Amino acid sequence: MSAVTDTPNVPQLKTRGALGRSVADSLVVARRNLIRMVRIPEMVIFGLVQPIMFVVLFTYVFGGSIKVGGSLSSTAYKEFLMAGIFAQTVTFATAGAGAGIADDMHKGLIDRFRSLPMARGAVLTGRTLADLVQTALTLVVLAGVALIIGWRTHENIGRVLLGFLLLLLLGYAFSWIGAMIGLIVRTPEAATSGGLIWLFPLTFISNAFVDANQMPTVLRHIAEWNPFSATVQACRELFGNLPPGFVTPDAWPMQHPILASVIWSVVIVAVFRTLAVRRYRSATA
Amino acid sequence: MPGAIYAEGLVKTFGDVRALDGVDLDVPEGTVLGLLGPNGAGKTTAVRVLTTLIQPDSGQAVVAGIDVLKNPDEVRRSIGLSGQFAAVDEYLTGRENLQMVGQLYQMGARDAKKRAGELLEKFNLADAADRTAKTYSGGMRRRLDLAAALVVSPPVMFMDEPTTGLDPRNRQQLWEVIEELVAGGTTLLLTTQYLEEADHLAHDICVIDHGKVIARGTSDQLKARTGGERVEVVVHRPDEIGPARSVLATYGKGEIAVAEHTRKLTVPVTGGAKLLAEVIRDLDAHGVEIDDIGLRRPTLDDVFISLTGHAAELGKNGENASTEAAEGRKEDGQ
Repeated sequence: MSAVTDTPNVPQLKTRGALGRSVADSLVVARRNLIRMVRIPEMVIFGLVQPIMFVVLFTYVFGGSIKVGGSLSSTAYKEFLMAGIFAQTVTFATAGAGAGIADDMHKGLIDRFRSLPMARGAVLTGRTLADLVQTALTLVVLAGVALIIGWRTHENIGRVLLGFLLLLLLGYAFSWIGAMIGLIVRTPEAATSGGLIWLFPLTFISNAFVDANQMPTVLRHIAEWNPFSATVQACRELFGNLPPGFVTPDAWPMQHPILASVIWSVVIVAVFRTLAVRRYRSATA
Repeated sequence: MPGAIYAEGLVKTFGDVRALDGVDLDVPEGTVLGLLGPNGAGKTTAVRVLTTLIQPDSGQAVVAGIDVLKNPDEVRRSIGLSGQFAAVDEYLTGRENLQMVGQLYQMGARDAKKRAGELLEKFNLADAADRTAKTYSGGMRRRLDLAAALVVSPPVMFMDEPTTGLDPRNRQQLWEVIEELVAGGTTLLLTTQYLEEADHLAHDICVIDHGKVIARGTSDQLKARTGGERVEVVVHRPDEIGPARSVLATYGKGEIAVAEHTRKLTVPVTGGAKLLAEVIRDLDAHGVEIDDIGLRRPTLDDVFISLTGHAAELGKNGENASTEAAEGRKEDGQ
């Protein structure tokens, strides 16, 4: 351990513009989180188990008994269900982002980051970008499973891909909610449960698993305006998975689901990114 | 001209706790200030303010000539922080950790990689460079954490209890690194609960308790305030206490304290080693058999107890960790 200090060759630090620095720093942090995901693969694997379980359970247990549109056929339900499961799965990115940020706080890494001359939002942006990669991976695997058990799309590839793009955007938006939760709670465990609990009512009081037209009036209105429902409805249209005899509700987000899905996701990102970055600035372990 | 670290009237409250209650600091360039105090005294809060992590309620601070409150981002380019908990990513390798920190200090990727390699070499981590930090021992993690704080060779360093929880060998190693760093011109603010550590490393010491600086000066000045040297004698047999006492009375400058059960006599003296030699000869001439004798100067422990009325808590790391965490919770609640 000699000559710690005689380092005349420490290079000049770059002076980047605010945007350049923000992008560069976010990518450094995203890379770090992706390395972690590769080295802790069980997190990715467990993230896959639940949606696969849901696909199988809903398809085979409820399949023949849930009426969607005018049809009780299990094939119609299978196709109806998938958009809902996909959308629910991407929102689970919330828990991952929350737990990751809470863990960084807990371990003192956030303190280290905050003492560095890096862009303020980069730690959070880097995390949500890494989550986006994980979400995409999860969707690929899940779509494969869905294809195996008989899910099919009936639209052109461009529309199908647009559907998946909306799902990714929704997942990205929800990981910002997760980041905010991670900054508020004290432990990674609390962030995981805090990130998941409210997702169940949110995703169940929606059109994800049942035809909202058959819900009691109050629940039906909530379901139709639920941000989550817009993406589900958009994906059903883009995948050609609307069941025969399905009556599209009159609510605006259901009539314009693609636009509504984009608006909701963008609004969530804008609101929660602002809140989370503000919170980060004063965050303490 | 103010020093490399300068603070005036820092106040920070968390709820009804005044963590900092008007703290002034001035650390001349190239020197080490030891911030000494018990748990919850405000040491960590002071470091957090000076490293831009929290904003004080009032007061001002200048680090490396830059105003901490007005220009925190510039300050961050000029400081290194090594915290109480080794803040490294345990799933990244040592190399990846240092490279990441370098890039976030705004180095180019190639420069950051090169610098990481140099630091790993210098901190005896080259062999473990490509293992995840999870596999490192406590001492290795501290070294990695310190290396991360030194990526840009910052002119001003902050170390918050750098050796808490380390075994003596690792502590010694870390001290050597710190001494070398300071010899190279780095200004350092170091918090510690280990009085020995402050004594060993710091040029100047600030004793802080309940958010206030209660004493400052060099280690010798603080010791002098507490009182001068004394001779301590342990005699071999209980019946030698009497004769030893009468010998010591001729040399002593104050009252002789006697602990019967340990057969120990203590007396304040002046005259140093020369006097000690005389006392030994005289005791010998009186046929007193000595088990132990020595000239004792007050330790920083004595200083601490006389200043605060309570001993510094040494080595209770678990307790310390929970106190600092509580401090964090308070900070967050505001």
